[in-house]
Amino acid sequence: MERDTHFVTGVYEDEDVLLHAIKQVRSSGIQIHEVYSPYPVHGIDDYLGYKRSRLPIAAFLFGLLGTTLALTMQYYMMAFDWPMIIGGKDFGSLPTFIPVTFELTVLLASFGMVGVFMVSTDLKPWAQPRIFDLRITDDKHVMAIDIANNSAIELAKIEEILKSSGASEVNKKSFE
Amino acid sequence: MQVTSSVREPLVTGGKSYHDVTNDVARHVEAKPNIRWFLAFLTSAGVLALGSIAVIATLWEGIGMWGLNKTVGWAWDITNFVWWVGIGHAGTLISAVLLLFRQKWRTSINRAAEAMTIFAVICAAMFPVLHMGRPWLGAYWALPLPNVFGSLWVNFNSPLLWDVFAISTYFSVSLVFWYIGLIPDFATIRDRATGLRKIIYGALSFGWDGAAKSWSRYESVSLILAGLATPLVLSVHTIVSFDFATSVIPGWHTTIFPPYFVAGAIFSGFAMVLTLMIVTRKVYSLEDYITIGHIELMNIVIIITGSIVGIAYITEFFMAWYSGVEAEQYAFMNRMFGPYWWAYWSMMTCNVISPQLFWIKKIRTSIVATFILSIVVNIGMWFERFVIIVTSLHRDYLPSSWAMFYPTWADVGIYLFTFGLFFTLFFLFAKFFPVINMAEVKAVLKSSSDKVNK
Repeated sequence: MERDTHFVTGVYEDEDVLLHAIKQVRSSGIQIHEVYSPYPVHGIDDYLGYKRSRLPIAAFLFGLLGTTLALTMQYYMMAFDWPMIIGGKDFGSLPTFIPVTFELTVLLASFGMVGVFMVSTDLKPWAQPRIFDLRITDDKHVMAIDIANNSAIELAKIEEILKSSGASEVNKKSFE
Repeated sequence: MQVTSSVREPLVTGGKSYHDVTNDVARHVEAKPNIRWFLAFLTSAGVLALGSIAVIATLWEGIGMWGLNKTVGWAWDITNFVWWVGIGHAGTLISAVLLLFRQKWRTSINRAAEAMTIFAVICAAMFPVLHMGRPWLGAYWALPLPNVFGSLWVNFNSPLLWDVFAISTYFSVSLVFWYIGLIPDFATIRDRATGLRKIIYGALSFGWDGAAKSWSRYESVSLILAGLATPLVLSVHTIVSFDFATSVIPGWHTTIFPPYFVAGAIFSGFAMVLTLMIVTRKVYSLEDYITIGHIELMNIVIIITGSIVGIAYITEFFMAWYSGVEAEQYAFMNRMFGPYWWAYWSMMTCNVISPQLFWIKKIRTSIVATFILSIVVNIGMWFERFVIIVTSLHRDYLPSSWAMFYPTWADVGIYLFTFGLFFTLFFLFAKFFPVINMAEVKAVLKSSSDKVNK
């Protein structure tokens, strides 16, 4: 199970102050655990040094799988397993297979990507998220700093840096 | 701090702070429903109950309960099906296409429009399922299974089968798109709640924590889903139109159908969004979020799509003449001046003439006029499908089998049933779900509010 973890949190009111603060905190050598926001803040990934999400690649691969499955299924059923003459068309008539192929491509790409998203972000109905502050989902941005990961820097110093970066509150939060 | 552009209209008025957005939207989920909600809900549930008599009668007796005859073998069932599917086009169009075009005004209407899409598709699906007669024995016939388990498969050359794939894909992708957007808002309600509500919305929010990493993935998922849903939404009504266009019935056998149906679908979908949003903003006092600006923009989409539909009607008529095919020419003359002339001219008035009134700024920024015209548009779009379907069938190649179509009480009842279903689901949504996407509105608040948020 998880060990006890202790965090210092800085509460920010405005997204531009927050972005500026991230830069300042990182440049003073403090490792940021994560930043929590009520809405997607434009450009925050770059400030935190996050790489671009690879979810589009997952979507593409699932889409490719959908195309392949759809075409294989239709050719197998219509041209190999039980060929029938319908309206004088070829048994394997590609143009009439396109609509279903398109739909299955979209279906598998969407569901596959969303599935990967759920797993990677750990989204599930019984999940117990760590909530640093109840106002995160309302109107506050919260920067969480794991004390154990920043043992080289004094706690008072971290708090001071947060305060000076524009945090309206600096709190402590522990999870079991 | 914030610079307000003097060129662009603000998207959110009233100088809202982030906390105000949360309060204005979440309080409707948290408060006990008022008497007006109960009345509206009970009315629609009553219509649903009344209509289900017709559904039960149809399931019990068979589709002989309907007014179909040997000549007109497809009438209200497919008319209503296409009508509901068309209405179901606005939601995903608003959230997907407008997201790709970076239209920020979508944020306050996308949630309700997507909900409406999902409910409209459910209503649409009622008709093919009921038309199966005994769906409990045979709904699986539409799936690619060996036919009653020899190896005869479904026919992938048939547009009706494409429809099964298109509608079910559209429904499930729209549902997922909608739900992904709801997750952060459910988390907002979770964090404001205590007791049972906290447990329920906690489970619905899937443990959303608002981390920057989660938001980054969320945005990437939304963008890709929008990219996938955009061609999807266009494909759905294209495929619905193939049900007619690939047949050899005069009046149906035209290549213009796919774009014409898609434009018509967007047209009716936006009209339905307007009908519902004008009521919702009033009842929930959301005038600061769904502003006159939003209504005007949607009315502009209605002028554009309405004009495309008008041009399509004229093109279709021209092509019938120009083709030199006598049966085709007769089909169109019969539409205009035959026994169903009143349906044709209702369609022309409601769809082609009335939306042109929106060129006048006073009308397209008037709530009353918009509300009335939005209903007129949907009446017109119902007549469009009725005209295409019934008038093309009722006078076929053999004059001895010419006939008229008269709906029975079961036809009317099932149509009422879908109305009851649609509004019951919508009122439940409006009570238990946040009707406006709070997170996305907050994201555009700083750049688009009319006051400084500091």
